[in-house]
Amino acid sequence: MPIIQVNNLGKRFRDFDAVKDVSFEVEEGEVFGFLGPNGAGKTTTINMLCTLLRPTSGGATVAGSDIIKQKNAVRRSIGLVFQETTLDDHLTAEQNILFHALAYGVSSDVRKRRTKELLTLMGLWDRRKDKIRTYSGGMKRRLEIARGLVHLPQVLFLDEPTLGLDPQTRNRIWEYILGLREKEGLTIFLTTHYMDEAENSDRIAVIDNGKIVAMDTPTALKSQVSGDTVTISSDNNDLVEKELKEKYSLTPVNTNGTVSVRVTNGEEFIPQFVQGFGGTLRTIGLRRPTLEDVFLHVTGRQIRDEKVDEQTLMRQAMRARHR
Amino acid sequence: MITETYRGIWVVAFRELLHFVSDRTRIISSLMFPLMFLVVFGAGFSRIVGGLAGGVDFIHFIYPGILAMTVLTSSLLSGTSVVVDREHGFLKEVLVAPLSRVGVILGKALGGSLTSLLQGMIMLVIAPIIGLSITPLLVVKLLPTLLILSLALSGLGILMATRMHSQQGFQFLMQLIVFPLMFLAGVFFPVDGVPVWLQIVAKVNPLTYGVDAIRQIFLAPQITNAAAEVSGGEVVSTGITLSGHRMGVVEDIMVIGLIGFVLLLAGVWSFSRTEA
Repeated sequence: MPIIQVNNLGKRFRDFDAVKDVSFEVEEGEVFGFLGPNGAGKTTTINMLCTLLRPTSGGATVAGSDIIKQKNAVRRSIGLVFQETTLDDHLTAEQNILFHALAYGVSSDVRKRRTKELLTLMGLWDRRKDKIRTYSGGMKRRLEIARGLVHLPQVLFLDEPTLGLDPQTRNRIWEYILGLREKEGLTIFLTTHYMDEAENSDRIAVIDNGKIVAMDTPTALKSQVSGDTVTISSDNNDLVEKELKEKYSLTPVNTNGTVSVRVTNGEEFIPQFVQGFGGTLRTIGLRRPTLEDVFLHVTGRQIRDEKVDEQTLMRQAMRARHR
Repeated sequence: MITETYRGIWVVAFRELLHFVSDRTRIISSLMFPLMFLVVFGAGFSRIVGGLAGGVDFIHFIYPGILAMTVLTSSLLSGTSVVVDREHGFLKEVLVAPLSRVGVILGKALGGSLTSLLQGMIMLVIAPIIGLSITPLLVVKLLPTLLILSLALSGLGILMATRMHSQQGFQFLMQLIVFPLMFLAGVFFPVDGVPVWLQIVAKVNPLTYGVDAIRQIFLAPQITNAAAEVSGGEVVSTGITLSGHRMGVVEDIMVIGLIGFVLLLAGVWSFSRTEA
C-alpha cells in the first residue's frame, strides 16, 4: 500500500480553486517532488496532507490514516518543515526540540538519543545551548529538519526547504536530506520551484494552476521533451545553417555566432554532421533537456516567468487571506 | 482525545513557564508598572486621603488592588503570546502537533495564569515593607484566589487574541481594555463611595470582584469593622454591596469563576475554529 494516497483532492477558497482534483500516490522510501511556480497550489496541497487545511473535495491517506477523520494519527506519523521558520526564537535549539518531543509524546530516552543523533547529523550539536535568535537562516532550516524527525515520522514533508538560502547552503541542506533518506529510510515529500532541486527526486509531479500536468521520473519527463540541443559554430555559420536545413531537414536558429538546433539524439547526430560538413568547425556542443524545458513543454510557460498578471495577484491575495 | 487535551495543556503551559524564567526583562518590566502605581498613588495620595473606614491606611487599601493589577496585565499578556506565536510562525508547529486545540488553548491560559501567579508572588515581597503582615494562612487563601482571577483574565486575553493577526493590533485592543478595567475596579477608590453610574460600571467589571476578594483577605478584620461603621453615616465602606448584600470572599470568587468560565469557553470555541 502506498504511504501517501491522494484521491481527487481539491480545495476551494471562496470562488477560487487553489487545488483541483489532484490524485497521486507516493511509495514508501520515495523522494517525491512537487514542482511548480509560486501560487500553483503546492503549499495548499501540503497543508491539506498535513491536516492544517480541510479539503473541500476528495480525500487522502497518509501512512494509512485519513487526513480528515484521523488527524492526530496523521500528525504523529509525519514530520514537517514549512516555508517560513516555525521555531521559538526565545528558546535554545535543545529546548525547541524538547518542546517538540513532549508535544509528540516521545519518551525521554528516545528524545535524548534522537536529539544527539540528529543535531550531530545536522552539524548543530555544538550550538545546541544557543538561543535561536543567534542562528543563521541555514542553521534554522537544518534545526527545523532535525526537529521534524525527532518523533521518528514515516514521512517528511518539506515545503520549499531551501527557499531564500544561498546556493552553498542549499547544497549542504540537500546533502543532509539525502543523507537522512539513506540512514532513516524515510519517505520525503517536497515542494519546490527550483529545477535543480527537483532533480533530486525519484519522481516529480509538475503542478500548474492547481492541476497536475505531468508526473514521472526526472529522466522520463525529460525524454518527453523532444531531443537534445546541439550548438555549432564554424568559420561559415551560414553554411552550417544551410546544411542543417537541406541535408537534415531541421530548423536551426542562427544567433550571436552560433547555430543551435534541436535533434532527437544528439550523440548520434554530432559525428554524422561533423563527417559530412564541408567547412571548418570551431566548436560543437550538446545540451540535454532540463526540467526547465519540461515545464515549458507541458505548460507552455517558463517556470521563472514571474510576470505579475491579474491572476497571480489575485492568488497572492487569496493566500494572504487564508494564512 | 483526552490524552491529546491533557498533553496539550501541560506542554503548552510548560513552554510559557520556560519563556517566563528565561526572560528576565519581562519579569522586571512587568513589575515596574504596578510598583510605580503603588509608590505614586500610595505615597502621593495617602497624605490627602488620610485613613479610610476601620482605620485602613490608604496604601494598605490600594496594595491588594495593585496586586490584582499585576495579575491583570500579565494574564492578558498570555493573549499576546498567542498573537506573537502566530506572527513568528511557531503557532503552526503547535497546530500540526498531535495535540487537541482545546488542550493548546487551555495550556496557554494555564501557562499565563501560572506566570502571573509567580509575578503576584514576587509582589508579595513588598507587603511587609509597607507594613502589611503575611501569614501562612493568608498565602493559602490568596493563592487559589489569584489563580482563579488570572485564569479568568487569561481567558479574556486569549479570546481577544484568537482572531488577531498582528501584535500592534492586539496591543491597541489591550490598551483599550486594560485601562478601563484597571481604573474602574475599585483599586484606587472604594466602589460603594462613588456616584451611582460609576458604581454600576465598576460592578459589571470582573476585576472589581478580584480586587475586593484580595482586599478582604488582606484586611479582613478592619473591613469587617468598617462594614459595621457604615450605618454610622460619615465613613465609607471599603467593600462592594450588590443589591444590599455585602459580598464575601467566596462570593467574589464565584463571580470571577463564572465570568472566567464563560470567557475561556468562548476562547476555546473561537480558537478551535482557526485554520493555520
